[in-house]
Amino acid sequence: MRRVRAEILNTRRLGVYHSLTLVAPEVAERVRPGQFLSIGMPPDRAFLLRRHFSIHQASRRGGWAGTLEFVFDPRGPGTAWLAELKAHQFLDVIGPLGKAFAYPTKLTNCLLVSEGHGSATIYFLAQELRSRGKRVDMIIGADTHERVFKPIDGKRLSQSVAIMTADGSLGERGSVLDALPHMVEATRAQVIYAAARRATLRAVAEFCMERQIPSQMAVEEHMACGVGMCFTCTVPVIRKDGSGYDNLRACTEGPVFNPARILWDRWMGDEPKMLPTPPEGFPVIRTWPG
Amino acid sequence: MKPTLDVDLDGLRLARPVLAASGCLGTGRDVPPLVDVRRLGGVVSRSLTLGSSKGAPTPRATETASGLLSAIGLQNPGVREFVAEDLPRLVGAGVPVIGSVAGASAEEYLRVASILHEQPGVVALEVYLSCPDEERDGEPFYARPERIAEIVGSVSRLSRLPVFVKLPPLLPDLVATARVCVRAGAHGLTLIDAVPGLAVDADRLRPRLAAPFGGLSGPAIKPVALGAVYRVSRSMPEVPIMGVGGVATSEDAVEFLLAGAWAVQIGTALLVNPSAAIEIVEGLLGYLEEKGIASPRDLRGRLRVARDGSAVKP
Repeated sequence: MRRVRAEILNTRRLGVYHSLTLVAPEVAERVRPGQFLSIGMPPDRAFLLRRHFSIHQASRRGGWAGTLEFVFDPRGPGTAWLAELKAHQFLDVIGPLGKAFAYPTKLTNCLLVSEGHGSATIYFLAQELRSRGKRVDMIIGADTHERVFKPIDGKRLSQSVAIMTADGSLGERGSVLDALPHMVEATRAQVIYAAARRATLRAVAEFCMERQIPSQMAVEEHMACGVGMCFTCTVPVIRKDGSGYDNLRACTEGPVFNPARILWDRWMGDEPKMLPTPPEGFPVIRTWPG
Repeated sequence: MKPTLDVDLDGLRLARPVLAASGCLGTGRDVPPLVDVRRLGGVVSRSLTLGSSKGAPTPRATETASGLLSAIGLQNPGVREFVAEDLPRLVGAGVPVIGSVAGASAEEYLRVASILHEQPGVVALEVYLSCPDEERDGEPFYARPERIAEIVGSVSRLSRLPVFVKLPPLLPDLVATARVCVRAGAHGLTLIDAVPGLAVDADRLRPRLAAPFGGLSGPAIKPVALGAVYRVSRSMPEVPIMGVGGVATSEDAVEFLLAGAWAVQIGTALLVNPSAAIEIVEGLLGYLEEKGIASPRDLRGRLRVARDGSAVKP
């Protein structure tokens, strides 16, 4: 990880979302899909904490070499401030952070599932998978058409794409989950990647476990520091030997996890209590990527 | 004349009066390369329990106005694993370590302290009293002076190291509680622990944290911390105090020293700006130079108050 003062090269609205492109060659040359950036807020403001964004693009060659792009939904004070910034201003950036998506070595057919601006990180992954000769298909969705992130890019990056909106304003009516069984059949998916809201991830995870399809997911959890110091962003993950679970930091051991090893009940439960390790232990998960 | 930064906390010598507060550098094994711990006066470890602790469910933290409300729930690897895995990295980096002692019972505090106090590189202990007391239905240990005296007394009798006690500000009589600690054998005090609080999500009609209470930290609590340091230091000027609570800049550090602190700890600011502590060290040096002051010691308690402020309870 590096900490740099990065110049804003470009700022633009993308429908309801906002995108910032930064000049940060030290970060851009190292970054892989699934990793994220930590952006410092202005020191004199009432909102203290750094904001964290997954990376949408990293250009290593050509006229945009050394640049990074991230996408956000300007809803809170931090993201609203970011959306107001102009080109040539500077940001305090730490990155790249977190574990990236792993690429399959032998399997070839990859189905990528994303909701909202989760597609930003998924499109970056799609490029990398394609450059490794993998087949990429996608299911992208959101509640409404304006929240579907760059659907044309989704089409361009995949062999086939299913677009789903809750109100039917773009593509089919329904959620990305509704398209999952058909798309898995049609594309003969061997690996599933996902970035979506938590309930959707859980449903995709259950689908993958039932069908024994290896998968990887980028999760979102509240982060404070983003660099592993505060233990705010933990996710309960079953140990490899099944002897119990550990609360792992999404910023350091994640944000990409094997969903078969996430203790979804505990992570999504509203009950603020510990779940004991069952006497027989947890199942040992052997599906790729282990 | 070049000022020096080294301070002597009544026997505990530190090269700089700026430390990393408990829980703000992970456990110690994977401190990010962005934090140069060698340039700190010391590192207070994550609060350690005897066995490992998984901590609280998420969400564990939320931003509030100029602050951070958090309830991590003491997630830590346990004192033995800390000693095996984390401590060597910190000691190897050449930074003095203050072991933060936690527990659910008086016995656990004592056992954690008994493991920590003989480790090379551990220069002091800090007793964290905000843990829930299993004998008293989860009431925090700091709530009862007799529990404080029992724990601080047993840890202080055991250890040859200086023992600091970290106190929260919301006590019926902070100065009286500080006296209880000192009488029980504490070498010094760490003031203040995070301020207990609640954040509410009106949209979902829920607390924002799973815990659901958290500790407020960051600039929002700095005046509370300064007030606590000032009151206690005026009553007991001979007792070393480490000031903590919203220190984010060298100006903040100077304010704490003027109010009576012997050193400061940096917490939330480190999470926001990994080089905060280093910037504070450098800023402090610049301040001393500019004012022609030889040592941070010469700032301590120099706050000019028209009347004797110690008699006035805010």
